[in-house]
Amino acid sequence: MMYDAEQSLEVIEEAGSSVADLLQQIAEHKGCGTSGGSGKASCGSAAGSGDLAPEIWEKVKNHPCYSEEAHHHYARMHVAVAPACNIQCNYCNRKYDCANESRPGVVSEKLTPEQAAKKVLAVASTIPQMTVLGIAGPGDPLANPAKTFKTFELIYNTAPDIKLCLSTNGLMLPDHVDTIAKYNVDHVTITINMVDPDIGAQIYPWIFYQNKRYTGREAAQILTDRQLLGLEMLTERGILCKVNSVMIPGVNDKHLVEVNRAVKSRGAFLHNIMPLISAPEHGTVFGLTGQRGPTAQELKALQDSCEGEMNMMRHCRQCRADAVGLLGEDRSAEFTTDKIMEMEVDYDIDSRRAYQAKVEVERQAKVTAKQTELETLAGEMSDVKILIAVATKGGGRVNEHFGHAKEFQVYELSTGGAKFVGHRRVDLYCQGGFGDEDSLESVIRAINDCAAVFVAKIGGCPKTDLLKAGIEPVDQYAHEFIEQSAIAYFKDYLARIRSGEIEHIVRGDADIRQGAFING
Amino acid sequence: MAYKIVASQCTSCTACEAECPNVAITEKGGTFVINPKKCTECIGYFDIPQCVAVCPVDNTCIIDNNFPRYQPRA
Repeated sequence: MMYDAEQSLEVIEEAGSSVADLLQQIAEHKGCGTSGGSGKASCGSAAGSGDLAPEIWEKVKNHPCYSEEAHHHYARMHVAVAPACNIQCNYCNRKYDCANESRPGVVSEKLTPEQAAKKVLAVASTIPQMTVLGIAGPGDPLANPAKTFKTFELIYNTAPDIKLCLSTNGLMLPDHVDTIAKYNVDHVTITINMVDPDIGAQIYPWIFYQNKRYTGREAAQILTDRQLLGLEMLTERGILCKVNSVMIPGVNDKHLVEVNRAVKSRGAFLHNIMPLISAPEHGTVFGLTGQRGPTAQELKALQDSCEGEMNMMRHCRQCRADAVGLLGEDRSAEFTTDKIMEMEVDYDIDSRRAYQAKVEVERQAKVTAKQTELETLAGEMSDVKILIAVATKGGGRVNEHFGHAKEFQVYELSTGGAKFVGHRRVDLYCQGGFGDEDSLESVIRAINDCAAVFVAKIGGCPKTDLLKAGIEPVDQYAHEFIEQSAIAYFKDYLARIRSGEIEHIVRGDADIRQGAFING
Repeated sequence: MAYKIVASQCTSCTACEAECPNVAITEKGGTFVINPKKCTECIGYFDIPQCVAVCPVDNTCIIDNNFPRYQPRA
């Protein structure tokens, strides 16, 4: 269980909304008193309704992996029915399976399609926010087509309101596009790290294609051809396609601008550039060769440079292939195969719809609050841009204590408003290299590029240390909406610069932390 | 001879099971095993043994020296 009863109650009180009440009623009705709460927050990508075509917005607005606010309110789950893979990536090691490991390619247990379908119904009945079912591995879904499509068929027949999506390396995509269309899978993610086979040869040691193992440049050429063909075929059929790219400094970092252009011109609607995860203890090729991941500033700079071309996604948590819950809040431990098989599942589509209708009201309130605050910024002229870190556990509000935060959401503030630009993990880690370090010091390093940190509450000691590091702790917006508060803070920040009370200082870089979560 | 799978290295990813043209590979005790009576080393089907080509862990599908090399019928 993620929450004990007390924590759960706290979450609901702080959410303080009819959504939480309704959720609790549903939870109680289902005989589960502690499943409620708005959950731990995620964040917001830059992509909102304003940036997307209306027909695309309609499709993604309830999809936590795709839209700015949806992931504050909706949950997704992955079922691990696809263990086999047909390519080898230098950032992946399938052998490593620490129970606390939280990254793609890793799961605790495999499921049959029948077990997976039952799990989906069990989770959807307990968590009405669950609107999306994804198959993302732990291998490649399309290297396991029979299991993947059997799972989709079972869910499509019993829970037609659940959106289906899959994430693939694209090698076999062209062969399965018609089946994907048949099961109404309207969201597909392709991981595309290169469109140049010379660069591909540094990322993929081999692929298995048409009963042969290909290596080097030849392998990468086949892979890129198949990926781009698959993308074009999806676009032709009106199936939404997101592209994931792993940013590997010195290998494909500059090249990803070219990848961005290539996928945009073929109809991808969203590009998600993620930092390389390469801790040595994962045993990946990149981990062992010492290939580093990008810093926060490098990642943001690349995302910013691609943003002019298309919508960028910045809230990806690089989840496991069996994750359950809101982004950033893994509840998979509640739904192990043993527990699911014992559950009596009563799939109540009406209570799910009632919950989701309330969520829409809450979302609208947040948008209105932001809009109203934004209007007060009109007329402000300044080139100043700052980053702030926000401690939140959901609902788009500043509602987490500094000391309890496992991650911070980062917003960029300018006279244009408050824009979500990423998140920083500051949770406890497996001991790989971080064990002896003072935790406050590591938190400061993770948000070192921020001018302020918004919290619901903060103790005296960390306050002093943050101030010393040049980060202003801000608790005056406790439980308020994040974006509305951020805009108000920024107005005040500009005023304080004008009055000479503070001096605007350009902040340094920050760390992107990686490694396994320690739950507890 | 036939191929065999080094159990301590097998990740149970199932990739080999689907590729074997002889349906010689099954799950046993959490990892996968090759039935040496069914394995033809892919001779007559493919240029390279499919389990070797698709396995994500090098040197996990290897020749089992306890069996004579497979002889295709003339």
